[in-house]
Amino acid sequence: MKAAVIVFPGSNCDRDLAVAFERAGADVTMVWHKDSTLPAGVDIVGVPGGFSYGDYLRCGAIAANSPICKAVVKHAEAGGYAMGICNGFQILTETGLLPGALRRNAGLKYICRTVGLQVATSDSAFTSAYAKGDTIDIPIAHHDGNYFADDETLARLQGDDRVAFTYAENPNGSVADIAGVLSANRRVLGMMPHPERAADAGHGGTDGTAMFSALMEQVVTA
Amino acid sequence: MKARVYVMLKNGVLDPQGEAVRHALGSLGFDGVEGVRQGKVIELDLAEGTTEATVTEMCEKLLANTVIESYRVELS
Repeated sequence: MKAAVIVFPGSNCDRDLAVAFERAGADVTMVWHKDSTLPAGVDIVGVPGGFSYGDYLRCGAIAANSPICKAVVKHAEAGGYAMGICNGFQILTETGLLPGALRRNAGLKYICRTVGLQVATSDSAFTSAYAKGDTIDIPIAHHDGNYFADDETLARLQGDDRVAFTYAENPNGSVADIAGVLSANRRVLGMMPHPERAADAGHGGTDGTAMFSALMEQVVTA
Repeated sequence: MKARVYVMLKNGVLDPQGEAVRHALGSLGFDGVEGVRQGKVIELDLAEGTTEATVTEMCEKLLANTVIESYRVELS
């Protein structure tokens, strides 16, 4: 599996994400935001967490309009895989690849702690190693993770089994406790929690590892 | 010419920052503040002849996230 991890000015989880992909056996290339093309043959694009462009205007808004994001959108529209974590999720919603938007946390505070996540579907390359209903412990670290989708969008997401993860205890006010969602073709995932920060014993938990190893199996055999 | 763009969270989208401001006003003794919505104002210096349609396009593409925000353009 060939993975590309995008690096924006202000990204700070790019190396962690690259390590998680590498540990799973992927061949990883870091791609700078000013590049306008992805390396040839990339199977999955990782859009990492951080504070791209200083979160100016809105989290993810400037990054979503960067040269590389146009290539990421093209890749996803052609059926390629992509995962956006934290700021990466915000960026993918801003590009329109994923529905909804991330608002300021309901409690107005930046929250940095490990939370319980419920796996809402195992029907995706990202979540196939988990069983629906499993609870996994994954860290969150965000100020703007309060997911919003209007009623119609929410009904569509739930009806099409596109909610990937929900919070066991809602930390930020997200509608329907949503922590992560999938695209219509189930190949683009956005989530606020950080599976790449739960992928080594030294992290204090390894519940995120299964996501990367599952991707490795599913995407290689695809 | 100048344009001023007002961006607000849509009605129906909870504004936690506005709520916090409302509470703070209440604790300062200002009674009767029934709601506060916080938004932003973006001022643009534009070449003469820029149309309102162009500014609207800027709003749609970048300045506002129309999933959660509404906007209003004033040209002067």
